[in-house]
Amino acid sequence: MSLYNLTIHELHDKLVKKEISSVELTKDVLARVKQVEEKVHSYVTLTEDLALEQAAAVDKKIAAGEELGVLEGIPVAIKDNMCTKNITTTCSSKILANFKPPYNSTIVEKLHDKGMVMIGKTNMDEFAMGSSCETSYFGTTRNPWNLNNVPGGSSGGSAASVACGEAIYSLGSDTGGSIRQPAAFCGVVGLKPTYGRVSRYGLVAFASSLDQIGPFTKDVRDNALVMNAIAGYDKRDSTSLNVAQEDYTKSLVNDVKGLKIGIPKEYFVEGIQLEVRESINKGIKLLESLGAHCEEVSLPHTEYALPVYYIIAPCEASSNLARYDGVRYGFSAEEAADLIDSYKKSRSQGFGAEVKRRIMIGTYALSSGYYDAYYLKAQKVRTLIKNEFEQAFQKYDVLITPTAPTAPFGLGAKTGDPLSMYMSDICTIPVNIAGIPAISLPCGHTAEGPIGMQIIGKSLSESTLFKVAYTFEQNTDFHKQRPSL
Amino acid sequence: MSYEIVIGLEVHVELGTKSKIFCGCSTEFGGDPNTHVCPICLGMPGVLPVLNKTVLEYGMKAGLALNCQIAEFSKFDRKNYFYPDLPKAYQISQYDLPLCADGHIDIHLEEGTKRIGITRIHMEEDAGKLLHGEGSVDFSDYSLVDLNRTGVPLIEIVSEPDIRSPLEARLYLEKLKSILQYIGISDCKMQEGSLRCDGNISVRPRGQKEFGTKTELKNMNSFKALEKALEYEAKRQVELLEDGGQVIQETRRWDEAKGVTVAMRSKEEAHDYRYFPDPDLVPLEIERAWVEEVKKSLPELPEEKKNRFVEQYGLPEYDADILTSSRSLADFYEETVKGFNNPKLVSNWIMGEMMRIMNEEGKELTEISLTPIHIIEMLTLLDKGVISGKIAKTVFEEMFHTGKKAEVIVAEKGLTQISDESALISIVEEVMAKNTKSIEDYKNGKDKALGALVGQVMKATKGRANPEMVNKLIKERI
Repeated sequence: MSLYNLTIHELHDKLVKKEISSVELTKDVLARVKQVEEKVHSYVTLTEDLALEQAAAVDKKIAAGEELGVLEGIPVAIKDNMCTKNITTTCSSKILANFKPPYNSTIVEKLHDKGMVMIGKTNMDEFAMGSSCETSYFGTTRNPWNLNNVPGGSSGGSAASVACGEAIYSLGSDTGGSIRQPAAFCGVVGLKPTYGRVSRYGLVAFASSLDQIGPFTKDVRDNALVMNAIAGYDKRDSTSLNVAQEDYTKSLVNDVKGLKIGIPKEYFVEGIQLEVRESINKGIKLLESLGAHCEEVSLPHTEYALPVYYIIAPCEASSNLARYDGVRYGFSAEEAADLIDSYKKSRSQGFGAEVKRRIMIGTYALSSGYYDAYYLKAQKVRTLIKNEFEQAFQKYDVLITPTAPTAPFGLGAKTGDPLSMYMSDICTIPVNIAGIPAISLPCGHTAEGPIGMQIIGKSLSESTLFKVAYTFEQNTDFHKQRPSL
Repeated sequence: MSYEIVIGLEVHVELGTKSKIFCGCSTEFGGDPNTHVCPICLGMPGVLPVLNKTVLEYGMKAGLALNCQIAEFSKFDRKNYFYPDLPKAYQISQYDLPLCADGHIDIHLEEGTKRIGITRIHMEEDAGKLLHGEGSVDFSDYSLVDLNRTGVPLIEIVSEPDIRSPLEARLYLEKLKSILQYIGISDCKMQEGSLRCDGNISVRPRGQKEFGTKTELKNMNSFKALEKALEYEAKRQVELLEDGGQVIQETRRWDEAKGVTVAMRSKEEAHDYRYFPDPDLVPLEIERAWVEEVKKSLPELPEEKKNRFVEQYGLPEYDADILTSSRSLADFYEETVKGFNNPKLVSNWIMGEMMRIMNEEGKELTEISLTPIHIIEMLTLLDKGVISGKIAKTVFEEMFHTGKKAEVIVAEKGLTQISDESALISIVEEVMAKNTKSIEDYKNGKDKALGALVGQVMKATKGRANPEMVNKLIKERI
């Protein structure tokens, strides 16, 4: 098996045993990029020279007999909305196409300290607004399992890169499902941590109260390893949670005996593809056979999560994206008559259609006279949804749902119909609304591509999610399958 | 018809914290453009604000000193608008849950004390500065942006519409400035923009309950400007109404050079700021124990200090009022009294000579080299009779300008008082010989004539003669 197909923990063992060097590994991954990038297009920017330089530094450490951190020398891909000092950070938008941040995000700094080898910055929906990677200014990423289909979004590039070996692991961000849905579509493991568990400092904001960074990996163990590295309090992020570090690998035990699993019925109604329903049911049966107690539960406010999301997220976005005015950095329209004209032209030409749509929705909803009816009401319903989850977790350890209502869909299939595109996040959005963690892992396959199972837990219960996901994984082999390209 | 003026003031105060409100950059005034900046105050993509705790503490100090309630729960909101001095295109401010509310200030008018209500005090970040090529935005091809000031902490203090004249407005602002300087949260320099005042003003026929239509005045950059602008605007509104016209609700700018207010934008052109809670900052839950701690840390405020000065030093209210108008002046006074225990005499010298020269030369207390020790030493020389009262004034002026000690000046210039009888007798006799007329007058009951004789002796000795002794010597010889 090629190196690029292996996991972090497998590669770490080989590095420690000096069976391979980090430079060899990096070259292998870069060769894979050369081989498949034209078809898949996971990346906006490749940082080949930097990667080899970083790998060489790690090899020096190995040669000197120094102890090696588990992520050291392992090639990673980073979503292009996390600031990387002096390396373009575009958010897949024309308006930031030339933007080189003067600083590193906390997350990049952390991985840097852990000896990362950065292959590049991955493609995404523009400003993370989308569920298919098709709103990117730099072209669409394709699903490595079926090149006619989307990889999901918005972190489509990060998911695809790990699925097809263009990176060993990657980071994405999840505002309404942007890690979990592409993880499901690309057949990899994706975690959206508890809101505040991973620092947002340096993550270009889409919807600040919902955004959260998390890892894409080939298996659950890798996911726990990356979380060990990136989770933690950051004094530069006021919303980051000041709680103790955890060793998530301790929860990697093959045991769900006595575990109480709730199956919220509202996630299995109309619009759910039959194959998805069957795969999830099979997964639930498997967990039951391993000793978990599963029962149906009702979360009646689920149906309001999507409308709440499409008020709160655009409201925050309309304000977060106002700074892109073409004055200090980024795209600036030429030939403007005056200041206001310059703002208008730079923003009209710099933003894509979906971003503009959401800015307009948010601006409208926050306008004087509408605030109470929209934003305030949405915040109240948000509290109800949060409470409903809390109640459910008094009875259940985790909830299990499909990650997405369908298998990967075709390129262009939903771009003309925003509402049907928005529906593809119907299972993931409630989790962001409540600020709780959820993981998606592969649980089935169709001709269109993989299917993902979502395990949802209460606030800061990542270790429980890892335990259930690990048990499921140990008793299936979806995580061992790779797309043929 | 007689009209009543109704005024409410909105005062912005830059807090004197070392670093900005949401990042670690320096708040120092001046500095080359765009040198006190970082990705956070530049509003770069991905950055997040973290509240400077001292800003909260200073805000609470202001609230407590102005008799406000400190909120138990408060939050920051975003005020959204596009302008090149605002890099994020929103200002982090406080909308519906400000830090402080329901306070007041007492001002002293001839007819007595008047209480002006304070509606609220909230925290916010300052914007940057625009430098227009041709001085004015209307005539420039370009504007330069300096973001040093972006993120400097501000509090906005909003008064109730309790103010009834431009004079009351000025007294309110003066009192406010004095209190804020006392508690040490701002230097309150209007010329540097660390104290800025906008005014809402309307007029109504005396006796009417409803408020008239108000205008908002901006660009009043001194106490004088505030008073003049409000006077002008009140007159303008009254004249409009008397001519059968209507006041339009709008924002107007004070044009200092022309002495008029000019319309800037109407209510219809006002921004919709689309306020909403800033999701990057967590709501503030302010513990009562902390509020108590801050309360205890407050220094004596002007009103209390004034009352104490009257009681402790036996000063007239007038003296106490002036001496406590700033904390530094009050400290200066008390330090001097500590070294020379004659409170009224010290007050006379500070309020008389010292403040006269400071006024003449437009100097602040922080800018002069005169110290309490200077005054103590000079008064001691005066008390011991080493110098005369008249000489003392000369010495004082010299100390003020050179910072030299009184003794040194006296020695250098030979200003010691002549209290030696033998040295004075010949001069006294000479003066008496030349002024027989005065002696006659005195003998005929004109007491003033004696003063003239003493004056002649003082003149002959360049003020150095001990006047009491001269008096005695003359009387002995008549």
